[in-house]
This record gives sequence, C-alpha cells and structure tokens, in this order.
Amino acid sequence: MSLEQPEPPTGGDEVGVTADGLDYDELAALVGDNVIDREQHVNAEGFVIRPDAVQDTLSTLRNEAGFDHCSAVTAQEYDDRFESIYHLKKFDDPTQQLSVVVPTTKDDPVSESAEPVFRTADWHEREAYDLVGIDYEGHPDLRRILLPETWQGHPLSKDYNQNQPQVVPLREHANPLEEDHSAGEDSDTMFVNIGPHHPATHGVLHVKTVLDGEQIADIEPDIGYLHRCEEQMCQQSTYRHQIMPYPDRWDYTPGGILNEWAYARAAESMADITVPEYAQVLRTMSAELTRICAHLLALGTFGLDVYGDFTAIFMYAVRDREVIQNLLEDLTGQRLMFNYFRLGGVSWDLPEPREEYLEDVRDFIDELPERLEEYHDLITGNEIFQIRCIDTGVLPPEVAKNYGATGPVARGSGIDYDLRRDDPYGYYDELDWDVVTQDGCDNYARVLVRMREVEESAKIISQCVDLLEEWPEDDRDIQANVPRTLRPDEDKEVYEAVEGAKGELGIYMRSDGTDKPARFKIRSPCFSNLQTLPEMSEGEYIPDMVASLGSLDIVLGEVDR
Amino acid sequence: MSSDQPLTDASTEGQTTQEARMGDGVDDRFNSPLRKAFGTSPFILTKFDKFMNWVRGSSMFMLQFGIACCSIEMMHTYAVKHDLDRFHAGVPRASPRQADVIIVPGTIVSKFAPRMKRVYDQMAEPKFVIGMGSCTISGGPFQEGYNVVKGAEEVIPVDIHVPGCPPRPEALVYGVAKLQEQIANGESAPVTVKPYELEEFGDLERDELVDHLAQEIDEETLVMRYNWTDSP
Ligand code: SF4
Repeated sequence: MSLEQPEPPTGGDEVGVTADGLDYDELAALVGDNVIDREQHVNAEGFVIRPDAVQDTLSTLRNEAGFDHCSAVTAQEYDDRFESIYHLKKFDDPTQQLSVVVPTTKDDPVSESAEPVFRTADWHEREAYDLVGIDYEGHPDLRRILLPETWQGHPLSKDYNQNQPQVVPLREHANPLEEDHSAGEDSDTMFVNIGPHHPATHGVLHVKTVLDGEQIADIEPDIGYLHRCEEQMCQQSTYRHQIMPYPDRWDYTPGGILNEWAYARAAESMADITVPEYAQVLRTMSAELTRICAHLLALGTFGLDVYGDFTAIFMYAVRDREVIQNLLEDLTGQRLMFNYFRLGGVSWDLPEPREEYLEDVRDFIDELPERLEEYHDLITGNEIFQIRCIDTGVLPPEVAKNYGATGPVARGSGIDYDLRRDDPYGYYDELDWDVVTQDGCDNYARVLVRMREVEESAKIISQCVDLLEEWPEDDRDIQANVPRTLRPDEDKEVYEAVEGAKGELGIYMRSDGTDKPARFKIRSPCFSNLQTLPEMSEGEYIPDMVASLGSLDIVLGEVDR
Repeated sequence: MSSDQPLTDASTEGQTTQEARMGDGVDDRFNSPLRKAFGTSPFILTKFDKFMNWVRGSSMFMLQFGIACCSIEMMHTYAVKHDLDRFHAGVPRASPRQADVIIVPGTIVSKFAPRMKRVYDQMAEPKFVIGMGSCTISGGPFQEGYNVVKGAEEVIPVDIHVPGCPPRPEALVYGVAKLQEQIANGESAPVTVKPYELEEFGDLERDELVDHLAQEIDEETLVMRYNWTDSP
C-alpha cells in the first residue's frame, strides 16, 4: 500500500516476464501460429493475429501470460482493411503491455468476438460496431450502443457522408421509450424505465429495468444520450493547440486537468517531448486539486441519491468545491474548463504574488481534515447510511477485473491498482503518499475509498506547495520547446493512460504524418465501470441499485464521449 | 408546433425582433382561465394580467434537468454561494409537471432531442426555456459533430440564451433575472421550432394547392432530420 513497486513477479508462473520487462519473442511463441505479423507501437509491441483466433489468443495470453486487463478495444479503418486492437495489460504491473491487432478485410469485416474471454469487450465491441462498422462473430448482442437504432451508416468509417440526412418519422419518437408495462396477465414482473431524465441518473442515462416486486430481475443501462462525437472532434483538430480544450469536456465534474494529462501524456510520448520538472510539479498539484473537487462532487451527489434531497451534504460539498474552483480559477483562468496544459508543460506559472497563492492553497489543505471529519459525521458515521450501503452493490474483485473496472470502483473491491504509482508519470513517484484500497467490495467501500483518496491528494498537494515555494527562481521552466506545428512520424501508434478521477483514462492515437491524428480513441473509465451495474444490482432492491449507480460515480460525458 | 398555426406568417415580415416578440400585446401563452373568467371588463383585466405576470416572474419553479458540463455550473448556481433561491427561482423540481422553467444545460444530441422535447411537452403552460451555454445556441464546440443538434432551438423554443462555455453562475443568474423581467412585461419569444415540412415548403406562395397540402400535414408523422446541415 505504499509507493513501493509491487513485487516483481518471480518468473516461471507467467510466461514472458523477465527482470527488465517483457520478452515478446517468448510471448509470440506462446500463441504460436495465431500470430501472422508483429508491429511496434510506442508503448508496447503489437501482435497481428488471424481474425478467427481472437478468443484462442486472448485466453492463452490471459491464463498463461497473466494479461488480465483488457483496457480497451480500438477499431479503425485503413485504406485497405479494418482493424481492431485489444490493449492488454496486467493489473499487477500495468507497464507490461501488449496490443493484439486483428485485421479484417474491407468487404467482409468479420472478426471473432472477445466477449467470452473478457466481459468488458461486450460494450467495447458494440461501440466498434456502431462507430466503425466491424462485425464481431459470436458477440451475444451486437447492437448500436451510442447512436440511435435508426441511424444510417457508421460515422467513423471512411465512406461515411455526414451530410446525408438522417430522416426519421417523428412517430417513432413520439414516445421514444417503451411504455412501462407488466409482462402479462400471469406474470409478476414489470418493465420500468429509469431515465434518461431522472434525478438519480447523474445526467442523461437511461436504465431499463424489469422488476419483480421491488427487486430487480433484469437491468440494462442504455447510453448514448450525450454522445458528442469527441473522437471525431479530436481527429479533425491539430495536436499542438486544438485538441487540448476537448479533454476538459469528457469528465466535467471537473476532472478537466486529469483528462488533459491523458492527452498530454499520449502526445508527449508519441512526439518524444520531455516536460520540465517544474511544470511537472505544477501539473501534479493542479491535477490533485481537480481530483479532490471531483471526489467531493461524487460524495455530494451520492448523498443526494441516498438521502434523496438537496440536503446539507450536497451543500457542504458545493461549499468546499467553490473554494477549490476559486483556487483553480486563479491558476488557470477558468472555473471548469481549464485548458491549462500545453504539450510539453503548462500554459502559465502560478499567479503573482506567488506566496499569497500558495498560502491560499495551504489554508485550504489545512482546513480539509476538519471538513472531512464533518463529512464522516454526516455520512459514513450515520447508521441509516451504513444500513443502506454496507453489503449492497457487491462487486467481487474477479468480476471487477473481468469488466475492466478501474479507479475507486476497483480499489473499493480491493484491487490495488493505481496508475499514478504503478505506471508513474508526472512528479508522483518523488512524493510520499499511499494508494487507498478497501476490501468491502460494496457501496460503502467505494465511498470510503473516495474520501480517503481526498486525504492522500491533500498530502500530495501540500508536498507540491513545499516544492514550489523552494523552487529556485532561475529554474522555473513551464514549457519545453515544442515546435508550433507537430507532425509525428507516420504510422506511429501509442496507447497511454493516466489515473483520472474515475479510473484509467487512456488515449490511443495513430498518426499519419499530418498535424492531425488519423485515429483518436478514448478509453473512458466510466464506460467500463458502468458495465458492472447489472452485476451489482440484479436481484437487489431498486433503492440499492440507485445507491450502486451513485457509488460508481459515472459522468455521462465520459461514458458517451 | 400546433397544426392550426399558419404556414407562413406574412405579418411578421419586416418587423424587428423586439416587435415580433411583443406581437399584438400579451402572448396567448398567458391565456389563463382567470382571464377568461374576467373576460368582460378590460380595465381589471389588464391590471390582473400584470399582477399575474408579476407573480409568474417572482415565483419560478425550475426543472431539475442536467445534460452535460453546463449542468455542473447550474448546480453551483442553485447551491450555496450563488443561491438562485434569492432571486425567486429556487429549489429545482424533479418532475416536469411541477415546473415552469426549464434550463437546458448542455449539448443536445440526436438520441436525446426527442426525449427532451417530451419532457418539455410535459410541462404545464405557461412554460419558459433558458438555453445555457454555447451548445444550446449552436452546438458549441461540438457543432461539427455528426450527432450533435445545432442548438436547442431546433427542438424547443428558447426564451433566453446565456452564452459561455460554460457560463459562470453569475451569468446564469443574470439570464434568469432577464427572463423574469421579460415575463413581467408579458413578452416572450415566438415559437420558432419548425418541423421539416414547414421548413421545406413553408415559404411557397400560399395558393390553393399549398393550402391543401398544408392540411395534409399530419402532425403525427412529421419528420425529424438529424443532419442539421443548413441550419444556422
Ligand atoms: S457550452 Fe461548453 S460547458 Fe456547456 S455543455 Fe456545451 S461544451 Fe459543455
């Protein structure tokens, strides 16, 4: 639970692990004939495999080589082929990565589904089908996920014409949701819509439930009500300046700076940019401020869900958030959409007078323990709250891993996985802090993880403030020297992730030699986390489902992108 | 969007927006049963209307309605520090049937547009709309997206636009105050939503044929378009 790297796996039990990283030759030998080619990606090697050997390859890699985390599935179209990439990692050591590349032909884009191996591939493949148009054979339920059922064409494929009208008779939308109804005369179950406009869904989520009395017999989250084409927007913007404002709008609670870091990290590792130390400290401090802000919102709205009104908890959370938002506004110039990072650094230094600003930050950090005490009194110490949350929404660690859950959701299930420590970036590995885990696996554990993470973030911030105070004046480089136009080499591919407020936020980018990415894919933590909702709430009561949904802390902007 | 509205309203041509808003005096959205009851004596009526408008403006029930990033700032506007309650527009209602103002805080996409219209339809008259953020004006940063509706006015009529991405809470408070002023003056935006057919054929000259076609239009089967390519 400290900053130590997890024990290096003692070779033997996992194939391909050597003292200094992965031995890709050995891994390739493990999957044998399935590999038809090998590619170099910036972060890892890619095995190109036959489209009919996906399940075989992935299950071998998972069971024998220990790749138990399928963080994302990227689909894209080249001039001559379609391609799906499965980004594999290990929960024990996320620096060990491997991409499994599955090409398919243009006229018959069918490849085998990975859903039987990794449950998380279910939604990821549906998204790939929806946006790019690849068919996954053996997928249990290949439907559109982000766009309406009536949509014509696959918008991220090459021949898609955006100006073609999508004409739909209004009749189909007169009541776009299935009516609430009971299943029949002699049946006890009843179908109920929750959302898309509902106070407990944190935005525009639609949950289709089938109820048996007050218990949930079947539940299906229906997303896509905030699909704002973020990937398309990033693909038509330039690396250097135009992409950076978009990440702020993925997780807007505000996880803004954390999201910007995801893009900055991917672009910097693609273009080989080194960030000055001083800028890293600024980044670390501002990122942790937003994390506190995001966790406080999660806490406030969770109170809203469980207690059911705009009560003290919510107001207290907003009160503290206002303080942080003021600090961030002084630093970045905006309350919510910061746009503070630049490739190779940050946009500007601390506001003058520095001492005063750092004093303000320190005041906030000093007051925080008292405030947290207040929250504990109000929330976690409350008996009714405990009855509602302990042992409801149980998510066992194995299930969480299979669904690719990360962030506080995974850590609430006892999975010790935090990219800030396990795949270090920024200034985190120089600082003294702990990764928080709880073994409860229930709603209560997830709330506790968030509250304790606020404490850890405060620790990080106060160390950063110390560093910034002492930092020699002639060494305050806030940006590296980055060319005005950035054109990474052709066919470079990279997948990099950071620990966002909700979990592993990853970016896949492929360059085609121009100043705009050819493919930009966002691996959103909420998208994977939300997939676990049926596991947590089937067979439970509706109020427990609402609590579970609140404890997942989803942001629809990030789920739908 | 009722079918008894004329296809083209020739009388609005050449008017300024202000005039169009004021129309022929009080908007018939304010047509209350009380007004009908008092129907004979114009003197009391005016006074009573004024009184009603003042009441409406001074006690607005907002709808608890969050869409995207702007809703975070909207929540901050409702909560401590900014406290919209001070301006007679407080605690958000969870049900559209209890609300008379809807703040549209965020990007509207094709899948959500019909749902939002349904929520709007469920609100009781008279109802008012505040568009919050650039997204509700034009689609904002996502205007070029294949899936993004270019502004809330494509779907429901908007009374006040609050620009910004996101607007600061102060800006939203100002927007609400402006709406109250508008309501108290009895002016409100004309309904601007035009279904596809009206947009296509609306500016044809009104001859017998067009009149006939207009009667053919069945509100139930009007068509929605998702590529709003030629909208502003
Ligand atoms: S206007 Fe800006 S802040 Fe508001 S919803 Fe749109 S993108 Fe988000």
